[in-house]
Amino acid sequence: MGRKIIPIGPYHPLQDEPEFFKLHVDGETVVDIDIELGYNHRLVEKIAESKNFDQVAFMVERICGICSTSHPFAYVNAIDDLLGVKAPERALYIRTAIGELERIHSHLLWLGLAGHFLGYNTVWMWAWRYREPVLDIFERVAGNRQNYGMMKPGGVRRDLYEEDFPWIKKTLRDLIPKIDMFKGAVMDDPVIRARTEGVGVLTKEDCREYCVVGPTARASGVNIDIRRDDPYAAYDKVEWKVCTHEGGDVFGKAVVRILELYESINIVIQCLDKMPKGPIDSGIKDIPPGEGIGRHEAPRGEVVHYIMADGGNSPARHKIRAPSFMNVASNKKAVIGETISDATIILAAVDPCYCCTERMTVVDYKTGKKMMDGQDLIRLSREKTERLRNR
Amino acid sequence: MRRESIIENIKVRSGKDLLGFIDKSKNRIYFTINKKILPQIARYLFNEEKARFSTASGVDTRKTIEILYHFSVDEIGLFISLRVILEKPDIEIDSILPLFKCAEWIEMEMYEMLGVNFKGHENPKHLLLKDDWPKGNYPLRRDA
Repeated sequence: MGRKIIPIGPYHPLQDEPEFFKLHVDGETVVDIDIELGYNHRLVEKIAESKNFDQVAFMVERICGICSTSHPFAYVNAIDDLLGVKAPERALYIRTAIGELERIHSHLLWLGLAGHFLGYNTVWMWAWRYREPVLDIFERVAGNRQNYGMMKPGGVRRDLYEEDFPWIKKTLRDLIPKIDMFKGAVMDDPVIRARTEGVGVLTKEDCREYCVVGPTARASGVNIDIRRDDPYAAYDKVEWKVCTHEGGDVFGKAVVRILELYESINIVIQCLDKMPKGPIDSGIKDIPPGEGIGRHEAPRGEVVHYIMADGGNSPARHKIRAPSFMNVASNKKAVIGETISDATIILAAVDPCYCCTERMTVVDYKTGKKMMDGQDLIRLSREKTERLRNR
Repeated sequence: MRRESIIENIKVRSGKDLLGFIDKSKNRIYFTINKKILPQIARYLFNEEKARFSTASGVDTRKTIEILYHFSVDEIGLFISLRVILEKPDIEIDSILPLFKCAEWIEMEMYEMLGVNFKGHENPKHLLLKDDWPKGNYPLRRDA
């Protein structure tokens, strides 16, 4: 008998994370948007000051449930920068492999959600189904499907075992035909193209003004990627390329993310092939006074961690900047002037870490009256796809 | 070299308002500058060097409030931090929002968390804390 899988759902935290978008509309057109944050503010930066350096890695892992290793990755980079020493070679490869595996499952998750918002529920189901094997890899190497607890100042907490490598590589290679299928579905489907091309365009100038990062910037032809620009871990020891698109629209963002899936698979396989034997932890004892800045290219863009140490065993100041902090603000530019049926997919296109369309309300520009909520908007979006399909 | 020319330009433009410089590593440099020339240096980095404003971080060091403005020059992977020291109780600095839009949220955050007053910020309201948060109560302050 093979393994049995018990499905748990259908509730998923992604759609219930709190963020409040208020769309102001004039007829069908969005004329303004108010973005309100802070419904789930935990003041993690303050809590970090009461934890020791080892515990902080666990704590920042709990900031995000999707890209849970992004924050610890940036945090250990900050500690490396503070100390001026790198972790052992093997640990650097393991960090890279974990970071890229996470990008694969995070991008697949976004792809599924984008399909769901457009009314392609098959895409949603399939994308999330093919995400499962990636989570199985995490379960095998870390014991957890999320919150892997792999990052540690000075190294990694767990080793990867050589006997797992053939299975991991096969699982990832099996994913490639599936991604080909998604690529074909997005590139060739006239309805998806009609719904996404030229929709929610961010120009290069908008990207500069709002300082957006990650796939949101790369889809507008802004060629930035921290993994290449400020190399850390083993990113300068493996071969890969930065994926960009010139469109700046929702379609461009989808294309960039799909192409990045191939690169990530490529990076993980190279890491497993090139990984040297040796220690995985440099055994840091004390953190001297000083400051360090760590950056990591998370699935959504650059994460910045700033650590100030005063010689004690916890950070004197820990500043965290997530990519969505920059990207979500750019919605103001992308969504204004578009129709409300496109608003859902535009707001979701930056892959906001706390997208909550449930809490989105539409207010009539003239009367100020509430017209519809998030569910109605998803319905509108699906109806538009249906109309295009039947044409 | 681009890196050296940026360092040189900031030094020349700051003149005697440059209070400190740390060349930490190949990709990390820190400048301590007088708060009155911050908009000028930020404008230079953003407009002339086409640097990306990454974020800013405020620290309460008990006697002073330090703000670090982080800029990223992505072409060469250089991360530049401009440190500005604000003496208590005069915690006021010119807003850099007129220079670039992306400073809006982070200035709002520093205003509510540390009580830094940004002169020229058009929309000084709460970003993360609730609107009826007690006035004068700043969560990241250490002197409370």
